[in-house]
Amino acid sequence: MKRYIILRLLYTIVVIFGVSILVFIITHVIGNPVNTMLPLQATDAERIALSHKLGLDKPILIQLLDFLKSVIRLDFGNSWWQQIPALGIVLKRIPATLILVFFAFVLAFVLALPIGIIAAYKSGTIIDRFFTNISLVGICFPPFWVALMLILFFSVRLGWFYTSGYGTLKHAVLPIVTLAFVPMGHLIQIIRSSMAEQLNSQYIITARAKGVNEKVILFGHALKNAATSIVTMFGFDLGRYLAGETAAVEVVFGWPGIGMLIVDTIGKQDFPLLQAEVFTVAFVICLINLITDISYAFFDPTIKY
Amino acid sequence: MRKEEISNSSNNKLGLKFEESKKPNSFLKKIILHFKGNGLAFIALFVLISIIFISFAAPLFAPYNPTKSDIMQRLQPPTLSPPSKGGFPHILGTDQQGRDVLSRLIYGGRVSMSVAFTVVLLAEIIGISIGIISGYYGGWIDLFLMRLVDISSSFPGLLIALTFVMVLGASQKNLTLALLMVGWMIHARMARSQVLTVRETLMVEACRTIGCSKPRIFIVHIFPNILSPLITTYVLEMAHMIAAEANMSFLGYGIQPPAASWGLMIGDGRQYIINAWWLVVFPGLTIAITILCLSLIGNWIKDEFDPMTLDRKY
Repeated sequence: MKRYIILRLLYTIVVIFGVSILVFIITHVIGNPVNTMLPLQATDAERIALSHKLGLDKPILIQLLDFLKSVIRLDFGNSWWQQIPALGIVLKRIPATLILVFFAFVLAFVLALPIGIIAAYKSGTIIDRFFTNISLVGICFPPFWVALMLILFFSVRLGWFYTSGYGTLKHAVLPIVTLAFVPMGHLIQIIRSSMAEQLNSQYIITARAKGVNEKVILFGHALKNAATSIVTMFGFDLGRYLAGETAAVEVVFGWPGIGMLIVDTIGKQDFPLLQAEVFTVAFVICLINLITDISYAFFDPTIKY
Repeated sequence: MRKEEISNSSNNKLGLKFEESKKPNSFLKKIILHFKGNGLAFIALFVLISIIFISFAAPLFAPYNPTKSDIMQRLQPPTLSPPSKGGFPHILGTDQQGRDVLSRLIYGGRVSMSVAFTVVLLAEIIGISIGIISGYYGGWIDLFLMRLVDISSSFPGLLIALTFVMVLGASQKNLTLALLMVGWMIHARMARSQVLTVRETLMVEACRTIGCSKPRIFIVHIFPNILSPLITTYVLEMAHMIAAEANMSFLGYGIQPPAASWGLMIGDGRQYIINAWWLVVFPGLTIAITILCLSLIGNWIKDEFDPMTLDRKY
């Protein structure tokens, strides 16, 4: 176990370096930060001065080494846009996204679990088909569109919630509901299919033949064995959401999370901030992948690390 | 159909079911047999083909020029009566510049579909090449390529795509490249796992024994056998890419105005939503219907043509 975790941490470091280098290549080799920072009519002298100030006139490999050093020291420099340390800005935005994603996933899971189990238990019936199709339809709508529709109905028409902003429960309900849609659809599908697979296996037939209580069969046997695929899906969606996939929804609701920060950063072309975001987000994805992998051992005792 | 079989067979609690094999004798009959009991997939296929056809023959179907504004006609609600100066009625209304929403939807479909199609086509070519090399040669090549795929899959896709577009400027070509950068991994994984399965079959073993060349084994024997899962991946990934394109265009880093794309239309119409719901509702519905059709068809191909994989729908 210890060896596995150490290996995975090494892997995390590789991923973070990989993505940092990729972003460095995109921004410094394919593009040139000076061109994006200065207006089009800037003179050559201005360009050279700025290049020198930012250290962009050094050979590209030296720049890359400098950059990697800054990643190791976790010092990405000051944001060009706000003139304060970039990593601080990113870390300050994380709680807002965390609140949103946490409650969205709680909501999605609480609703998806009973629906998925019922659909699997009644596999092939009209109930199963109804829920399967509903979940399929649910994930087809773009989340930002769902967000706008919810605003139009619940905020504008009924006036129950605020249209945008951050702070109170009235602000948070609609973004949470919007973000819950996609993970809920995914979870219903995966719970249904993995539970149905378990319920059709030999050991369940044996348990039924022995007269084991149906509740024990469902929750004690089938659900526990289906858990690994459910956790995989859950972790996959969670990682994507925390990695800024919530951007469009946060923009619609004016929610000051990491997704909105990413969109702002791209708009301001702020490279230090961008690097800090890439680092943070890659770290979060790897952390969630690690937790997912470790949790397999908990659900499936045949897995040993 | 498989689900029904499972549920039927669970009636006898033993999970055993014997069925006479019916061998269809013509191609058409085969196809009809595949659609039997799955009317939904048939409808989805019909709707999708209509959407594709209308999008690509856009000039034939669009009643107005999608980029020509007419300030006198701005923000007209959906109506069946023709506008005052004559012409085709604005069935889905007009936008803030007086452009016909239906025409923009049709032309936008052209853009959205061609971006998604190109991205997935290129991703599939790259993915299949890597997957086949990896799966067939194994050893350190496999290890290296698959680590590469693993690491790339852990990258934050949206962030990288946005960075790419930020640096190179927003255009249809750059959007396609950006989405390609974050979308090729799944094809490589899929192709590799399929090659691994097929490689161990007796058929390939026999080919090797009689001395077939490696390219011949790939092209004549392995490739046709991994085709159906690859088509499934293609269709399902098209759905993902349409969603991704809409997302990028909505944020303003995809297709640029005055061109139309479904995501861009929602992004543009957002600020007028309180007075002009039709600017946002119709593009959203179109995206959802297209993605739904693609998912239904993808799942149907997966269930119908590929009995090897279990019906995990993600």
